[in-house]
Parts: sequence; structure tokens; C-alpha cells
Amino acid sequence: MRDVAVIGVGCTTFGEKWSESFRDLFIEAGALALEDAHLSGEKIDAMYVGNMSAGRFIEQEHNGALIADYAGMATRHIPSTRVEAACASGGLAFRQAVIAVASGMEDIVVAAGVEKMTDVEPGATTDALAGAADREWEGFVGATFPGLYAMIARDYMHKYSMTREQLAQVAVKNHYNGARNPIAQYQQEITIDTVLRSTMVADPLRLFDCSPITDGAAAVILAPMSRAREFTDTPIKVLATAQASDSIALHDRRDISTLDATVAASQRAFKMAKLTHKDINMVEVHDCFSIAEICAIEDLGFCKKGTAGKFTADGETALGGRIPVNTSGGLKACGHPVGATGIKQVCEIVQQLRGTAGKRQIDGAKIGMTHNVGGTGATVAVHILGRV
Amino acid sequence: MTVARFWRKIPQRYNLIGTKCETCHRHFFPPRTFCPDCRREGKIVDHKFAGKGTVVTFTIIQTAPDQFASHGPYVLAIIKLDEGPQMTSQVVCDPGEAKIGMRVKSTFRRIATDGESGIIHYGTKFMPE
Ligand SMILES: [Zn+2]
Repeated sequence: MRDVAVIGVGCTTFGEKWSESFRDLFIEAGALALEDAHLSGEKIDAMYVGNMSAGRFIEQEHNGALIADYAGMATRHIPSTRVEAACASGGLAFRQAVIAVASGMEDIVVAAGVEKMTDVEPGATTDALAGAADREWEGFVGATFPGLYAMIARDYMHKYSMTREQLAQVAVKNHYNGARNPIAQYQQEITIDTVLRSTMVADPLRLFDCSPITDGAAAVILAPMSRAREFTDTPIKVLATAQASDSIALHDRRDISTLDATVAASQRAFKMAKLTHKDINMVEVHDCFSIAEICAIEDLGFCKKGTAGKFTADGETALGGRIPVNTSGGLKACGHPVGATGIKQVCEIVQQLRGTAGKRQIDGAKIGMTHNVGGTGATVAVHILGRV
Repeated sequence: MTVARFWRKIPQRYNLIGTKCETCHRHFFPPRTFCPDCRREGKIVDHKFAGKGTVVTFTIIQTAPDQFASHGPYVLAIIKLDEGPQMTSQVVCDPGEAKIGMRVKSTFRRIATDGESGIIHYGTKFMPE
């Protein structure tokens, strides 16, 4: 297998973007990534696009071809493939693109992610998202997405001594980072009180424990490492790509508050990169809900099971902490356009490794990790990226 | 949900008819037609569950989907059935009464309504034993 490098990244601002369409969003992200890689569109050999539910959100399927077409590549007939794994669609699109380049099959490959979520009523958006869980045996009996994560939170808090305030600190920390990220949906800091006084959604989770509904797109461009310096002075090497699956329904898991797919994917990634958690300078984890970040940092191996609440409250995951988590603001503050999230995580780590992350820059960042989850943990993608 | 999609699972939804593997004796609810342990050696047959179990974890849904909105806040739980498997279901009780470890038994109830004039779906919920 060949070594693979990220040579360009681009991301739209995230938010409720009423004036922009699905097509506007991915064109903007793609153009930013091409500009960043000093590349023209004719050089692109293939595309992979992460998208969860354009069929439900804008009643448009067949988005691989649509995106290649509106990116001006219809007459070049490049292969363009949509990848779907609910909220992990972006992470899987990135992995497919890495595999295409590593195999030698393609040279210059775009991995993108896009979601336009605000063109339908909020109820329809929520219902589409519920399709990431088991519709037949979870959704049909009244399970909502926040409800499923709330059951993880209650199981966790029953087994381990995490306080409600410690859980709220996840959102407080992510808003602090979001306030330092110019693309973030929410750029204002909050306090623990903001979280504890927000509306109860699914006990014990409140509105500020939940990531928002977001429009946005992100794109990265990959090349074989041997060619990367034709395009950029700061290629970022893909040190590992890993993916794992688990039962679609939460009730079928070995342990309700451990994402075994996260454990499996991170172990595979560390093995492939020949690294351990101590080598990672910062990580973007999938904090669709505050409890998801607590489980993620434990299941990825950054702290022991049952200790992530205290670890977070002690500032170990903050900017300047032992392992900064979600410097972008995470899904909570940066926003969560589901198909784009996995690609945005790569964009953030690349910026950190290049030293261009501005007010949220981690000094001397050399190696970073991304962690993207589909559903309640039925799909997980983990990637490790490094400066060369 | 179309009538056919609901109708085809009526035995499972109304009467907790799951399956079991006669090779390894593992029980499945929701039903499976393929045993993950025995694979092709597995022999799957229907099995009626007794409908008793224990609450593993739960939440109180405050923000409900439209088809469940008429219920007001409701208790949603993962229940470990005495035969082994775990399932997701509502628990009919005062939200303040719900507890991890609580013993529950199945009960036949209205689950959801498809719009104002749509069909009403019935199925299994649980109540304190
Ligand atoms: Zn068996």
C-alpha cells in the first residue's frame, strides 16, 4: 500500500444557512479545498461524498453524480460515489478515499461531506435522524435519538460517579473552543448553569447536552505521499484508517455505556500507526451528545472507564490540557451537518498540524486523531494524521 | 408506517413472539432468523416470551416525536427479559417511579397514532410488576 497525504482542506461556515442550497454548500467547500491544494479540478481522478439523508432532507438521491456534475466534472466522467453510514458518512467517505489512493487505483481523490438539514420542518429532520437507529424496534416504540443517548447517560451515571455538573462541562468546554473557531455555528461561551437550566429533552439530557441541526459541507483532497509536494509544502500524512461496526440497536450491546466499535476501531488504528494514545496531541471526537464525548475519550483509551467526568472537569480535555478534545468546538458548538462532520474533523486536525488553527492552536501539534460515530455506535471510523 | 409494514409484525408486536436457537438455546427478541453464534448450524424456531423482565436503563422523553406527542412525557427503557435478550419499550408508570433494576411485566397498549385520522398502532409496553 502507498502512503497517503492530505494536500488540501476546505470547509463552509456551519449554521442554519437559509440562503444557501445543498449545491451551493458542496461547491463552496470543494472550491476552498482545491484552492488550498493549489489544484485545478481537471486533476481530480475520483470523488467520495459522505451524505446521510439528502433523500429525506431535500428529496434528492443520486448525489455522487449530482455533485460531480455541479463541480464541473460531468464531461470528464470521473467515478463519484456517495457513502452513507448515518452520522459517520463523512468518516467513511474519507476512509474510502484513503483506500483508493493507498491501493494505487487513483491518484488525486476528493473526500467530501455535505448535509442540508434545514429545508424540511424540524420534526421531519428529527425523524430522518431516528433512522440512524433501529426503526423497527427502537423508533417504532418511541425512541428518539436524544432518548437513546439519555439511556446511555443514565446507565453510565448509575455505574460510575459522574456528576451532572461534570457532564455539563463537556458542553461548556466545547462552546469555549467554538468561540475561537470562525466557522462554528455557536461562537459564544456558556456556563454550567446555561446547560443545567436549559430545557429537558430526554432525562437526564437537556438541550445544551445536544448537538444542533446544521447545514454545512467540508472537503479534503488526497494524493499519494510521493506526489504531495507537487501541491503543498505542508502535506499531512494519513497514519491510520480504521472502521468498525456493532449492533444497530443500543439494547443489543454488550455494555450500554461502552461503544465497543470505538474500542475496536481505535485499537486497529493505533496498531496500524504503531502508536499509543500517549502519542496523540489532540483528538476530534463525536460529541453528538455530551455523554458521547465522555464515552469516547474512555473508549479511545485516553482515560480509564468511569473517570472521564472528572478528567473533563479537571481541564485535561481543554485547550492546554493533557489531551485537548474537540478544539473545533465539536459537534456541540461547531455544529453537526451529519454527512459533513467526519470530513470537518479531518479539516480541523489538518489545520492544527499545519499550525494554522489560530486562537485554538495546540503548540507543537504533531499527531492528531478523528473519531466519527454513526447512530448510537453501530459504525465508528477512526483516523490518525501526522505532520511530516 | 404503512398498514402492511405494521401488520406483518403483529405476532411479535402484540404477543412478544420472538425466536430461539435450538442448537445453543439462545433466545432472541427482537426476533432473529439467523443465530450469530451457531451461524448455519443454528436451528431457529418461534418462541413466546413470558413478558417479564428488569429495567436496565431508562429515560423520560420530554420532547416527543409527533406520533407520540399526545402521550405527554413518557418513560422509555431498555428491558432485560428473563429469557436473556434485551429490548426497548415504554414503561407505563409515573416518571418519578421509574428505577434501574425495577421488575416489569408486559401489557398490551396503544403505541402511536399516525396523524389525526391515521391508524393507531398497538403493541407491547411494560408496567411495574
Ligand atoms: Zn445458536
